[in-house]
Amino acid sequence: MPYVPHTPEDIRRMLGVIGAPSVASLFDEIPAELRPKSFDLPAGKSEMDVLAHLEALAKKNAVNHVSFLGAGFYDHHIPAAVDALSMRSEFYTAYTPYQPEASQGTLQAIFEYQTAVTRITGLAYANASVYDGGSALFEGAMMAVRHTGRRKLVVCEAVSPIYRVMLSSYTSNLHLELVTVPHKDGACDLAALTKALDADTAAVVVQNPNFFGTLHDFTALFAAARAAGVVSLISVYPVLQSVLKSPGEMGADVAVAEGQSLGLPLSFGGPYLGVMTCNKELVRQMPGRMVGRTVDTEGRTGYVLTLQAREQHIRRQKATSNICSNQALCALRALIHLCLLGQEGLTRTAETCIERAHYAAERLTAIDGVKLLSGDAPFGNEFAISLPVNAYKVIDKLSARGVVPGFPLGRYYQGLENVLLVACTEKTSTESIGIFAEMLRGALK
Amino acid sequence: MNTVFKKSTEGREGVWPVKPEKSAADLLPAGLLRGKSAGLPSLSELDVVRHFTQLSKRNYGVDGNFYPLGSCTMKYNPKFTETAAALPGFTRLHPVLPQLKGAGRMCQGALEVMYETEQLLCEVCGMKAFTLHPMAGAHGELTGVMIMAAYHKDKGNKKTKIICPDSAHGTNPASAAIAGYEVVNLPSKDGIVDPDELAKVLDDSVAGMMMTCPNTLGLFETNLPKIVEMLRSVDALLYYDGANLNAIMGKMRVGDAGFDVVHLNLHKTFATPHGGGGPGAGPVGVSERLVPYLPVSRVEKLEDGQFFLNYDFPKSIGYVAPFYGNFGVFLKAYAYILRLGGNGLIRATENAVLAANYLRKRLDGVLDVPYDRVCMHEFVASACKQAASSCHVRALDIAKALLDRGYHAPTIYFPLIVKEALMFEPTETESLDTLDQFADDLIAILAEAEINPDSAIGAPRNLPVTRLDETRAARNMELTDDL
Repeated sequence: MPYVPHTPEDIRRMLGVIGAPSVASLFDEIPAELRPKSFDLPAGKSEMDVLAHLEALAKKNAVNHVSFLGAGFYDHHIPAAVDALSMRSEFYTAYTPYQPEASQGTLQAIFEYQTAVTRITGLAYANASVYDGGSALFEGAMMAVRHTGRRKLVVCEAVSPIYRVMLSSYTSNLHLELVTVPHKDGACDLAALTKALDADTAAVVVQNPNFFGTLHDFTALFAAARAAGVVSLISVYPVLQSVLKSPGEMGADVAVAEGQSLGLPLSFGGPYLGVMTCNKELVRQMPGRMVGRTVDTEGRTGYVLTLQAREQHIRRQKATSNICSNQALCALRALIHLCLLGQEGLTRTAETCIERAHYAAERLTAIDGVKLLSGDAPFGNEFAISLPVNAYKVIDKLSARGVVPGFPLGRYYQGLENVLLVACTEKTSTESIGIFAEMLRGALK
Repeated sequence: MNTVFKKSTEGREGVWPVKPEKSAADLLPAGLLRGKSAGLPSLSELDVVRHFTQLSKRNYGVDGNFYPLGSCTMKYNPKFTETAAALPGFTRLHPVLPQLKGAGRMCQGALEVMYETEQLLCEVCGMKAFTLHPMAGAHGELTGVMIMAAYHKDKGNKKTKIICPDSAHGTNPASAAIAGYEVVNLPSKDGIVDPDELAKVLDDSVAGMMMTCPNTLGLFETNLPKIVEMLRSVDALLYYDGANLNAIMGKMRVGDAGFDVVHLNLHKTFATPHGGGGPGAGPVGVSERLVPYLPVSRVEKLEDGQFFLNYDFPKSIGYVAPFYGNFGVFLKAYAYILRLGGNGLIRATENAVLAANYLRKRLDGVLDVPYDRVCMHEFVASACKQAASSCHVRALDIAKALLDRGYHAPTIYFPLIVKEALMFEPTETESLDTLDQFADDLIAILAEAEINPDSAIGAPRNLPVTRLDETRAARNMELTDDL
């Protein structure tokens, strides 16, 4: 039997020590009426056969298209050393570092991850990560609710709709009020956001770049929030944060991110990485694991899980969150990725992405009837273009010819049925942008 | 060992892309750019490789060390599942692809993996339907309780409470609270749920009860049929915490036994690597009456054999994940189930229970085993005898002494209802030689501690660090290299 080492002789010996007549007898406590009505699973297969089956399934997925899909999830180059190092079994096959002396590898890596992400967001504290960027946003909002004792969340409509729908499911039983402030042609309406803040508001929730790719400086909004006792919560894109004004510089209280762009493959939606950072005022509201530095009995530096009095295994229903573990391996990958690229590598990556996107925008808007949705508003590696036809039509036509031209904003925004969201990364070649532009020109004729 | 940031040398080249022609300052208004550099380190590729290779050597993992961490099912994770999950046909697949009309045809293989995995889990658990969206066990719990809440709301039931036995994982009450419920703590009797105690707290305001079966003491809940009947009488739902599913595959099906909701921990029962604390996957299964409330989207199969995502479920709790859950994780669980097949899963359960009972017998008498009866896949021992004796050796000391001998420690001080608890879960993948050597070493540790308590109290001595000052960590809050 695969992966079970016990021979019939071993089993006889073990049963002898236990004093049980048979393996079946060990299950005698399960009453007859609870026994399975069926257990109709396929017979086991060899490793070779299972792999062949999965290879056949993998081939049914079209992954060789030229793709301009982003929507918050980006296809970046992952250095080979990220896989090689993160796959080391000492990291890979360990569990949560409950025994710190035997887990210094995992613990120091998380500590370094916490350091790296705080440097990126410019806020002082981080946790060891949560499931994904959407969970991070919800948990950030709950930090604000606990911190302020208020129950209203003012959310910019240009925050990813993928996260806003998660936020509304999670908060539905918690008697929280979600106020959504409409975007203006893909830009955040800063005046309306500021106006929406009041004495009942726990947090103002924004994103940079926003879902449309548009860039903002939220400094004035965050100052107004602070004056009103409102927590400023921002979701960011870590790669672009190497060049963009940081949440810390804008005066944010909590900054979260989807960490997928840091060394994690797209993998059809996960596993990803929820990055969470905050300032000192909010650190005790942080959910999940956190690693701190300390010393051992000999005075040597070491690392432990800390501030555990916030957590469910101690506080049970009074914990800051129900979250138990983190995405340790994904956090490790992100850290290794950031170390391999370094400041210069990440900056070059961001600049290449932005440069390609600006080139693409120039090529695409040179086509008759194609315009940038947000006009002159600055954007990073992603931008929205309005087309003279329904975006789905273009997607259908082009994807049949090997180009996935972007994401149809009409899926989430009424009135934007003709708008396509186009993303570039450093992997997007200028040639493929040219092919896309020519195909689009042809499709719109 | 220095942090990676301390090893940075200005100007040293890492894995850099070609420098673009234009800088951010050429492309964007100055007001949108960072003033202060993020200060990520400058390291060569070898600097990074050496740092993380050395760090890895300061860790125990299942591949190198027996890891009998109770409640965590640290079984061996077959390597071929990594090969499957690394296929570019999966890793390169963008998650929004199926949201483009007609583009479902571009990801049929991935949708089939999802559909088939759900079908297999339904059969393993006897549930009507599964969602793969929850990204960890605790996330599955929250999803499950949200589904329960949606059911009651839809029926117009006024329910405010969830019952959790005192042996429950801490995540159970925490998840119930985050879903908006008041938590009622239920004391156990003889290590299991007592129907008389349950009767005292059960009324119309109870939305449901969260059970782990076998429970965290490794004991089967023999009153289960009675409990199911009692809950049904007040239209309360029964939740199954799947942390311990490795004990019952093919021996009991959650749905057949009367549970309405179940979450699984694929990283436990279905052998996906724990990764130092994640990523996991916590799929949720439901009985027929709860199907309408499952999260969206749901994968369906058309008559022509094509797969598609259906978002049209008006009673659904909505979205709990950005997409379809941790695809890269449940793909490995799918591969594992196919490899083992039905009989392989039954053998896994049987041998896990056999190994736990064998180890229990080997340690009985050396440690106190408070519930001395046949256990399931794990058992809880207690060091109360040692702690109370003149040597004052506690569960913590025994755990640290085990680390010194190259073993990961069992779970300690959990469940909370056993003093000086040591919770052992050997799993089915450890050989008899390993179990015997472990038992011999543990017996030797205890014998030595009786003569020389410091041998355990001063442990560990053979690891990169000795015991760490946790109070200082909490007080100083040095959570980054910059604080």
